[in-house]
Amino acid sequence: MHEMPITESILNIVLKHAVMNKASKVMAVHLQIGRLSDLEDEWLQRYFDYLSKGTIAEGAKLEIERMPIVVRCDACSTSYETQVDKIGNLVCPSCGAESGTLVSGREYYIKSMEVQ
Amino acid sequence: MAGVKLIEVKEEIMADNAKQAETIRGELHGKKTMLLNLMSSPGSGKTSLILRTMDGLKGSFNLGVIEADIDSTVDAEKVVAAGAPAVQLKTGGFCHLDATMVRQGLDALTEKNFDLIIIENVGNLVCPAEFDTGAHKNVMILSVPEGDDKPLKYPLMFSVCDLLLINKTDYLALSDFDINALRKRVLVLNPKIVILEISCKTGAGIDDWIDWLKKEIEDFKK
Repeated sequence: MHEMPITESILNIVLKHAVMNKASKVMAVHLQIGRLSDLEDEWLQRYFDYLSKGTIAEGAKLEIERMPIVVRCDACSTSYETQVDKIGNLVCPSCGAESGTLVSGREYYIKSMEVQ
Repeated sequence: MAGVKLIEVKEEIMADNAKQAETIRGELHGKKTMLLNLMSSPGSGKTSLILRTMDGLKGSFNLGVIEADIDSTVDAEKVVAAGAPAVQLKTGGFCHLDATMVRQGLDALTEKNFDLIIIENVGNLVCPAEFDTGAHKNVMILSVPEGDDKPLKYPLMFSVCDLLLINKTDYLALSDFDINALRKRVLVLNPKIVILEISCKTGAGIDDWIDWLKKEIEDFKK
């Protein structure tokens, strides 16, 4: 459900940059979203298609790059990548410690877009 | 046909909401009013906790409440009946509150001199975690019947909160809820989170919650 307001924000930012760059059409938008977010790619695209109708961003493809969940080991400070379903059972690949601190995985970022 | 050009955008998607949230935080800080965002699943005890909190703060701090639900006013009615100023926001289908909706709630509270305003967010462990409401503190409730696996399913919620209240501890004897496993799972996501065990029904642990809250309000006012 919260895909809707997020998509609205994406569209507003995209249209603002399209105008700033005097674009006539937006072909694609490159997003970076952390793996901790449960936004569904398919729903983002569907809402975007719906909201962008009649704008120069109509038909643009959302290219979503999922950013990894990275944890830093509390014992030896090694940073390593993990998955959502492993967060409850972390093991540091370097020293075996089971506790860590989240470094990344919560991004919501528009990196770039392709326009004509 | 004109060639395709790549333009750099480099913008946070939630920037507008973040800006509105920062404005709210700053304004309330100036008024020495702490804003607390309370989140949880439906039925985990948010309204019961607010009623307990009204009792616990009576005589020391002024409390106001912003209730949010998709479509009902029962929560605000309960709080008003118990004696605290409350407004009800109907989100009209939205599953969360954002900073703009919180602004409407703050404007609707007619009395203005609060030490603490609690936002009772929409019952949901997913969407409310994504939106900064402008609160100074984020608190969540996980109740024992929901299970100790929730940090694995809804990691973002556990990673954005300052305090986790484990409610309905009076059910512990009836369930296989593993508090140690839960603590471990939560602390990976959020090493700074404070975890307290309470029962809104029996009153167990409520003093710890009130002590934490009073200290936070006092620190905030300094």
